[in-house]
Amino acid sequence: MSLLVATLSFYLVVAATVVGAVIAVAARNIFHNVLGLALSLIGVAGLFLYLNSPFVALMQILIYVGAITIAICFAIMLSQPLYLPAPPRNPLKIQGAAFGAGLIFIFLGLLTRQTVWTPAAERVNDWSITTIGHYLLTQYVVIFELISLLLLVAMLGAIVTARGGRGSA
Amino acid sequence: MAAFNQLNTYLYLAVILFCLGLYGVLSRRNLIAVLISVELMLNAASINFMAFNRFLAPHPAVGQIVALFIMAVAAAEAAIALSIIVALYRKLKSINIEQANELRG
Repeated sequence: MSLLVATLSFYLVVAATVVGAVIAVAARNIFHNVLGLALSLIGVAGLFLYLNSPFVALMQILIYVGAITIAICFAIMLSQPLYLPAPPRNPLKIQGAAFGAGLIFIFLGLLTRQTVWTPAAERVNDWSITTIGHYLLTQYVVIFELISLLLLVAMLGAIVTARGGRGSA
Repeated sequence: MAAFNQLNTYLYLAVILFCLGLYGVLSRRNLIAVLISVELMLNAASINFMAFNRFLAPHPAVGQIVALFIMAVAAAEAAIALSIIVALYRKLKSINIEQANELRG
């Protein structure tokens, strides 16, 4: 019974991910794209729950859905007005994009199907958040600090770029 | 075995998400739509890391840490890209990528 519930909710999460992604790339209205992206990201957070990582799932919702999507909404409001009609699409470009993406899709699908994945010989079974925190402050501390520096530089760069570049008051 | 306990399910999902993102990057002309598609592709990479972490990796903390790093880098990338979009709109009054060709020789 619980297996049935788990399977059904897994398919629900998968449907949210794929449908959200389709809306995010195919809808004409840019605001619908952002809403589709949010749906897809919530679906991916659900997938992370199924992969035994509630911490990363929460971070996904917090950072992606909470911060990045809202930032994109602000950029939409600061740029093109939504009431302007969108220019017509170039059918040749659409076909070319679909062809290229389809080729990559076939290649990656065959690659996934043909490869034999072998698990590591010895596997630790420790999924706790404490371990992640321990790793972040011991083995991966340099990358952790670099990420904080990267975020600081990105923030400064964003402010400088959005204010109009060098030299303007 | 249930579908959610198999590595291949997640890998195929990541392939679908990546190719949808690629299609969006190639076909859209709105700069914000391109950014949204790039976020989808980054998420596909995240799913792959987490799936390998769940089914293959020797220690289950490493993949989660990599996924967290991907999120931080994506946040930095989104901040920079959005500020570029705002600056570009102020200059060109448009965010259509086919009109941003000032560097063309």
